[in-house]
Amino acid sequence: MPDATTRTIEIECFRYDPETDAKPRFQRYQVPFTDDMSVLQGLQYIKDHLDGSLTFRWSCRMAICGSCGKMINGVPQLSCHSFLRDYYPRRVRVEPLNHFPVIRDLVIDQSGFLDHLETVKPYLIPKEEQPLAAGPQRQTPLQMDRYYQYSQCINCLLCYSACPQFGLNPDFTGPAALALLHRYNADSRDQGWSARREVTNAEEGVWSCTLVGYCSEVCPKGVDPAHAINQNKVNSTLDYFGILKFLLPRGDAK
Amino acid sequence: MKGSNEPVFWSLFGAGGVLSALIGPVLILITGIAVPLGFLLPEDTLSHANVLAFVQHPLGKLALLTVIALFLFHGCHRMLHSLHDLGFRTGTRAAFGFYGFATLGTVMTALLLLIW
Repeated sequence: MPDATTRTIEIECFRYDPETDAKPRFQRYQVPFTDDMSVLQGLQYIKDHLDGSLTFRWSCRMAICGSCGKMINGVPQLSCHSFLRDYYPRRVRVEPLNHFPVIRDLVIDQSGFLDHLETVKPYLIPKEEQPLAAGPQRQTPLQMDRYYQYSQCINCLLCYSACPQFGLNPDFTGPAALALLHRYNADSRDQGWSARREVTNAEEGVWSCTLVGYCSEVCPKGVDPAHAINQNKVNSTLDYFGILKFLLPRGDAK
Repeated sequence: MKGSNEPVFWSLFGAGGVLSALIGPVLILITGIAVPLGFLLPEDTLSHANVLAFVQHPLGKLALLTVIALFLFHGCHRMLHSLHDLGFRTGTRAAFGFYGFATLGTVMTALLLLIW
């Protein structure tokens, strides 16, 4: 039975306004909560009742939009997907996602990621453009299985915060973008290896990954970027030794 | 973006990883525990005569070269990347050092095996 009684938890928030603050600080708030309240709802309570200046991103409240990712007690999580009851009676510490520049308080600048995402050409690249009149392109359940989990990415960037290699080198294309690269490479309607090979084969592509695997652990949508990257290390190696072109099952749109 | 030469080293690392996972523990058991402590295997398993015969057989030479070279490349690759993980700047010089050591070990092993 959910407990409807109200308890009080302490939420410690990272605060930083680059226009007025020389350096970041932490601020604590006493927040009343019920069993069904997420960390995001705790932050909303602070903004509505305690401190209107606290700044954070959110939208859907149901782990679909990917806007509300934060470091919660040091772990990258969607704040709508983690619950205050699981931390009580201890304090909850909320910080902006690791490895990204902070715009203000809990809001990070994700433009670096968007640049990476663009480089992997995350859309179908067919050998020949299919006219609408050709009707739907059917896939077998097996063909869909090959890419389906990767298509569940919501670009929430938890995997980038989890990735120590991205932390060391922000030029690394990173887990989500490379998982999406694989999502299209693995799609039976796509023949875009050549269009994506440069970013795959680069040092900043799959070769910056050392298979730590924390990206796959923190993903709230069950995507396995570490596996996607390792599969493309194999592809990149076959390409390096000139074998891949004989193995591409559907040819290449070049 | 520049293409990486990592596939060469990753292949050697991968091959060494598979090999070390498959036979590494058994090699430790035989050479480090069973023979020195004198159980499971006959006492003269690693006697000079036996080992010399093994080294002089072409298949023995191949097995030794494969194990030593791939284990070396596997270990060096892992150490180089671990240094990077620990925050050390590992540029071309470090790569030359580690892979150079593995290459040197491989070449020396091959020469020794040829002489014997």
